[in-house]
Amino acid sequence: MGYILTKEGFDAVVDALKEQYRLYAPVLKKGEGRFTDTDVVRYDFVETAGQIELEKKSDYAFKELLTPLSETLFFFTEDAVKPADADLRPVIVFLRSCDLHAVKRLDQIYLANGKDRDWFYQRIRDCVRFALIGCGRTCADGFCVDMGSNRSTEGYMFSLDEVDGKILSDVKAPELEGLFAEKAERAGDVTPRYVTENSVRVSVPETVPNSIYKAGLWDEYSTRCIGCGRCNFVCPTCTCYTMQDVYYTDNGKVGERRRVASSCMVDGYTDVAGGGQYRKSCGERMRFKVLHKVYDYRRRFGYDMCVGCGRCDAVCPEYISFSACINKLDRAVKEAQSNG
Amino acid sequence: MAEKNPYIPFPSEILEVIRHTRKEYTFRMAFTGEVRPGQFFEVSIPKYGEAPISVSGIGDGFVDLTIRKVGRVTNEVFERYKGQKLMLRGPYGNGFDVSLYEKGEVVVIAGGTGVSPVRGVISALAGTEEPRDKHVIVGFKSPDDMLFRDDLKTWAEKLDLILTVDGAPEGYAGNIGLVTKFIPGLPIRDVAEAQAVVVGPPAMMRFSVMGLLEKGFQEKNIWVSQERKMCCGLGKCGHCRIGEKYVCLDGPVFNYTESKDMID
Repeated sequence: MGYILTKEGFDAVVDALKEQYRLYAPVLKKGEGRFTDTDVVRYDFVETAGQIELEKKSDYAFKELLTPLSETLFFFTEDAVKPADADLRPVIVFLRSCDLHAVKRLDQIYLANGKDRDWFYQRIRDCVRFALIGCGRTCADGFCVDMGSNRSTEGYMFSLDEVDGKILSDVKAPELEGLFAEKAERAGDVTPRYVTENSVRVSVPETVPNSIYKAGLWDEYSTRCIGCGRCNFVCPTCTCYTMQDVYYTDNGKVGERRRVASSCMVDGYTDVAGGGQYRKSCGERMRFKVLHKVYDYRRRFGYDMCVGCGRCDAVCPEYISFSACINKLDRAVKEAQSNG
Repeated sequence: MAEKNPYIPFPSEILEVIRHTRKEYTFRMAFTGEVRPGQFFEVSIPKYGEAPISVSGIGDGFVDLTIRKVGRVTNEVFERYKGQKLMLRGPYGNGFDVSLYEKGEVVVIAGGTGVSPVRGVISALAGTEEPRDKHVIVGFKSPDDMLFRDDLKTWAEKLDLILTVDGAPEGYAGNIGLVTKFIPGLPIRDVAEAQAVVVGPPAMMRFSVMGLLEKGFQEKNIWVSQERKMCCGLGKCGHCRIGEKYVCLDGPVFNYTESKDMID
């Protein structure tokens, strides 16, 4: 059911939701950008509707809530192991369609790759529900239309779009109908806004022959990429982590095991004890990452991993464009195919 | 939450420590449950970290883990002795299907610590009805680096064992040379049907498979076991992924028809 609310009406909805949920949303952080006098949009817990950034796409994804950059899994005291507590109060995450599609990718890896579900992810995931922020116009770097993630028709409790000073909400969660009906100006037809055209277009190859893995197109990245891994850390679909044990005391009998976000672009990702290493060059790492996002993941699960949010393009200090790379890959594949 | 937490390790007692070389020991760990050769456990010393270690032996109430002292975790493992404990989770991975190698001609080529995951396979071959059709080429860096010396003696008596070292001091009486040197001379009667298992360092596996293919082995009859960095063993951490495959879930044992297309 759709509702049209005044801003005050939506403030009242948010106040009511706060009694039951924590609210995690993109927030414009003034002056906290990467360069002097620049801003950044990052996720944070909010208290009022006014804090939620509805205009700009967040520079970092929501995923830190589900997969924290550093997460203590359990504590050791001699032979005893105790799982760490987590904040399991219910939370509503405000996100855009691309990111809602990304949730499916996170769930796929943590809950449905292999027979074991990730216990730590699951316990947080069970507490999380979503609110969809509509997109009235395309963002600068996104290519969600070509990746098929521009529109979401399910998976959210309610949507919100700010149009002409009013908040438009499509309410999906039956338990929220009463609240919205009470606070809304009126009921009406609401379809969350979504983008049908991006300025960035990509053409994703259907198959990638083995010859492309060793092709020259990756070489330029060995000279341009500095292997900082920012593209992975802003990506809403990157899930890799590394285990880390730490101990606190001199006698080494008390400590904890953590997992920390890791990146296939950063040194050490493949290092095995004794000095073995795979993908030494950044070009090879770029190939590994790009093909995972638009080919290898699909071979395993049937749909592409990349949701086309474009954050990796925006964050790269070397101005490497992921979307441009997909198109280069596609051209190289077509060329390889025409050469038989 | 009722669901079992797969990340929580269980303490396992060290029943025995068998010393092979200065840097390689086998830890016999208390364990009851189903295990196959080629599978692995995540072994940890809390506060130092976890490392994937393949099963080198399986018996009543125990598994053997042959560990090489090469990293942060394994260095610490070597400080543990009989009666003490290590933390384990697993077993993980597919392991070898030993029944494939019971009948007919088989070649197992293993190098260095690569012998660990196939030790169970070789021992099974030694107990089959036609052990003379089972050929095993085992290579180590030097005579001092040899693992499983007792097994090597038993295997030499029962099946066709070629034991070689990459290099040795003057006066060494055994074979000297890479494992690949001995592939052309293998007395295989029906190469189109013979099975082969190859485990060891990446370069050794690559050249051994090339040697087998040259000799006429069929790709579908060649099996390899891969080793990669792993932080979970559960298909989540991502480190062991190669293309659309996860070594921890889909491997570590792969048929060559699959592994030939796996590009790191």
